[in-house]
Amino acid sequence: MHTLDILDAASMRSDVPDFRPGDTLKVHVRVVEGNRERVQIFQGVVIRRQGGGVRETFTVRKVSFGVGVERTFPVHTPIVSKIEVVTRGDVRRAKLYYLRDLRGKKAKIKEKRYTVRG
Amino acid sequence: MADHRLRSIQGILGEKLGMTQVFDADNRMVPVTVVKAGPCVVTQVRTPDKDGYSAVQIAFGAVDPRKVTKPETGHFRKAGVPPRRYLVEVRTPDASTYQVGQEVTAEIFAAGARVDVVGTSKGKGYAGVMKRHNFAGLGASHGTQRMHRSPGSIGACATPARVFKGTRMAGRMGGARTTTLNLTVHAVDADRGLLLIKGAVPGPTGGTVLVRTAVKGGSTGGAVPA
Repeated sequence: MHTLDILDAASMRSDVPDFRPGDTLKVHVRVVEGNRERVQIFQGVVIRRQGGGVRETFTVRKVSFGVGVERTFPVHTPIVSKIEVVTRGDVRRAKLYYLRDLRGKKAKIKEKRYTVRG
Repeated sequence: MADHRLRSIQGILGEKLGMTQVFDADNRMVPVTVVKAGPCVVTQVRTPDKDGYSAVQIAFGAVDPRKVTKPETGHFRKAGVPPRRYLVEVRTPDASTYQVGQEVTAEIFAAGARVDVVGTSKGKGYAGVMKRHNFAGLGASHGTQRMHRSPGSIGACATPARVFKGTRMAGRMGGARTTTLNLTVHAVDADRGLLLIKGAVPGPTGGTVLVRTAVKGGSTGGAVPA
């Protein structure tokens, strides 16, 4: 697939922060209503990142009024104006589908503690 | 709609580089096949007076001149161009506007143009009827024994006492000339000679394809109404 890398480079964004499953993100989504455009923030936990290159996508899950909502974005989509990493999560797997079956305090992800090496 | 025999058809040979995705002006994801089109060269112009039909013959691809047959070498020498790997004719009523030796590049198509892509489909080997002809097969249960993917009946009994010609059965699948009609050119990269065609085109990556103006359908060039 490397023959098309030059072409893909044009569609890829360089301003995507480093984030992993378990991290809490604020995704700033550009919403077009008629001829007006505004930014909507979708905040939640990244439960998966899949694919590679220009095809890569990630899924953010949040619980809104007691209902779980998941949104999948292409990492390089132009409709996302900004991605903010709120917290880093401490998780042991790449796909956090188990969160769908948990609610309340159990669905909370521990924050990652960084030990400072002396 | 104009008869397609009266429609001015442009064509170019190219190599399929594979598929990828790009974002369009509305930020929607568009699946595209990238074709490295041309540069091709016109080797002969067919005229109704001389050949009985109107067409333009184009050649594409590098080839070792030692491997070109003597008749073909002569044909290319007559056109005054170095030998090429592939030769193809595109039937078009306005063939007389072309000159022998003229270059054909990807710029003949604009973004939004409707095109047909001709290629050789991927070979599937000896395939059964479910894969080859989209038969439904037999039941998974209800007493079906070792016949789950078989065609079932292939005809009647004593009358006609034979199987009709053309009955669809298992056999070699793929590896045949295939045309995909009415694809849209999403973008043209003139510098690199790339055509980004929305959707899939026949054949494997690295296969040779002919991209030509759509012969069917309405609008064929320029902007397509949204």
